[in-house]
Amino acid sequence: MASSHGAPPVFNNKVVAWIDHRLPIFSYIEKEYHTFPTPRNFNYFWNFGAIATVMLVLMIVTGIVLATNYTPHVTMAFDSVERIMRDVPSGWLIRYMHMTGASFFFAAVYVHIFRGLYYGSYKAPRELLWILGVVILLLMMATAFMGYVLPWGQMSFWGATVITNLFSAIPVVGDSIVTWLWGGFAVDNPTLNRFFALHYLLPFIIVGVVALHVVALHVHGSNNPLGIDPKGPQDTVPFHPYYTMKDGFGVVCFLIVYAIFVFFMPNALGEAVNYVPANPLVTPNEIVPEWYLLPFYAILRAVPDKLGGVLCMFGAIAILFVVPWLDTSRVRSCTFRPIYKWFVFVLLIDVIVLGICGAHPPEGWYVPLSRIGTIYYFFHFLVLLPVLGKIERPLPMPPSIADAVLKKKVA
Amino acid sequence: MASSTIPSGAHGDPTRRDFLMVATGAMAAVGAIATAWPFINNLNPAADTLALASIDVNVQPIAVGQAITVKWRGKPVFIRHRTPEEIKMAEDVKLSELPDPQTDTARVTDTARKVRPEWLIVVGVCTHLGCVPLGTNPGDPRGEYDGWFCPCHGSQYDTSGRIRKGPAPLNLAVPSYLFTSDTLVKIG
Repeated sequence: MASSHGAPPVFNNKVVAWIDHRLPIFSYIEKEYHTFPTPRNFNYFWNFGAIATVMLVLMIVTGIVLATNYTPHVTMAFDSVERIMRDVPSGWLIRYMHMTGASFFFAAVYVHIFRGLYYGSYKAPRELLWILGVVILLLMMATAFMGYVLPWGQMSFWGATVITNLFSAIPVVGDSIVTWLWGGFAVDNPTLNRFFALHYLLPFIIVGVVALHVVALHVHGSNNPLGIDPKGPQDTVPFHPYYTMKDGFGVVCFLIVYAIFVFFMPNALGEAVNYVPANPLVTPNEIVPEWYLLPFYAILRAVPDKLGGVLCMFGAIAILFVVPWLDTSRVRSCTFRPIYKWFVFVLLIDVIVLGICGAHPPEGWYVPLSRIGTIYYFFHFLVLLPVLGKIERPLPMPPSIADAVLKKKVA
Repeated sequence: MASSTIPSGAHGDPTRRDFLMVATGAMAAVGAIATAWPFINNLNPAADTLALASIDVNVQPIAVGQAITVKWRGKPVFIRHRTPEEIKMAEDVKLSELPDPQTDTARVTDTARKVRPEWLIVVGVCTHLGCVPLGTNPGDPRGEYDGWFCPCHGSQYDTSGRIRKGPAPLNLAVPSYLFTSDTLVKIG
């Protein structure tokens, strides 16, 4: 099956040719994953889309296996998880893979988002691609939250109570919405049942949105570290074998770190108190979400008003939807943005500081620190991003990707 | 809206066909909403959950100054047998000092409008984000107002269960209750 750019592939295998004539899946794979012209200058940041995809598949596979032994009932959920850990063959491994996998899935996605912010991957014509990505992030957060409730430990129960109570901040209808979410007057068996159903459903919705994300990506192709469009074949390489290999290498490196956590410190990223069965009459001393939600939890607590806190927390994610229009710079990559470049790193530090604030009780220094962090987060998107694009003077850009890459080699 | 092949009325007036299109679309929308309702309603509390909506509690064993926690609708309810000092403290507060102004008397009146200041009955759920405040068990921190203290985000309630300090917007809720005798209370 030889092919070049543009020409339809010819399949020597008769069965493949017969199928492809009726359902062109082989042509599609050939076009989108083999000959697909991809910028030749990707760095390792471009691995994280593939890594996130692998983690999504891994989460679905381990999740389905776990569901075969899990019982979504308040009197049995905790014990069924402990049974998976102690009695079910390889159950401990599958559960630790799933538990740690959630953290690593988020880690990969956060790097992927940071890559997009730094290299301006959200700019025209990739705005919709970016928006689909934010939708995936929201779905992931909902899925992770509901999954965390399923083992029915103390943090499961109280995390569910606190997060569902966020909706009670909505004026007038808030309390009715919370009762509706719970299916009762507190987080209880109906809540656990529906969270299990939705936790099983949402990953497949994510798969659907990921498919749209990839289709949108393949319309205009990937962005690249220089942020300039490929101008011809000299600027690109075929996706296979160049990036299948590079992605494969990145995935393996990532999975090595993941495996270290799964086998040697599976509980390092979790909360010990979630190994205490849920008790609706006793609140743990401190309620904290998993690490990947801490920055948003810090924003929630930074605002002294209940409704204000809830709005800021959701706003912190919602603001990502309009980033393509808040950024007024015509230059995509921060490589050529001498001032904004540093502010992307300041934002990264800000989010990490917020994460640290979210992990501690809101006392002493953590209160003003989380307030400053919250203000800076919105300042970055609402002021820095639009204003810097206007006043910053970008560095001169190379005429083409090939030009930049080959010049570097000579020098 | 009609495409060029369908004759439109003179001067662009709506045709019979336009009317039929809008009417059909509107009916389909109404049908879709009507069909969606059972699916949305399905998530509301079921009849057996609603049936658990009231409990009877014997308050005789609760000594003066003591408080107990009972479970009602899956939530903790605090029943506190207040001391005269606690009652006086709750009654002496000026309403202007309260974030959610409410008299103590209004909070210790049962559904038969009988006032029993010695019995305070409140839902033990912090009105901020739903944690259970501390202060019911002996040795618990009770906060600066000798009522309840929420460990999650630091809300403080007074001896009438009213919010005094911290992020919670409202007083601890008073469930509807009725003393069926001097020692028996029906909550819910």
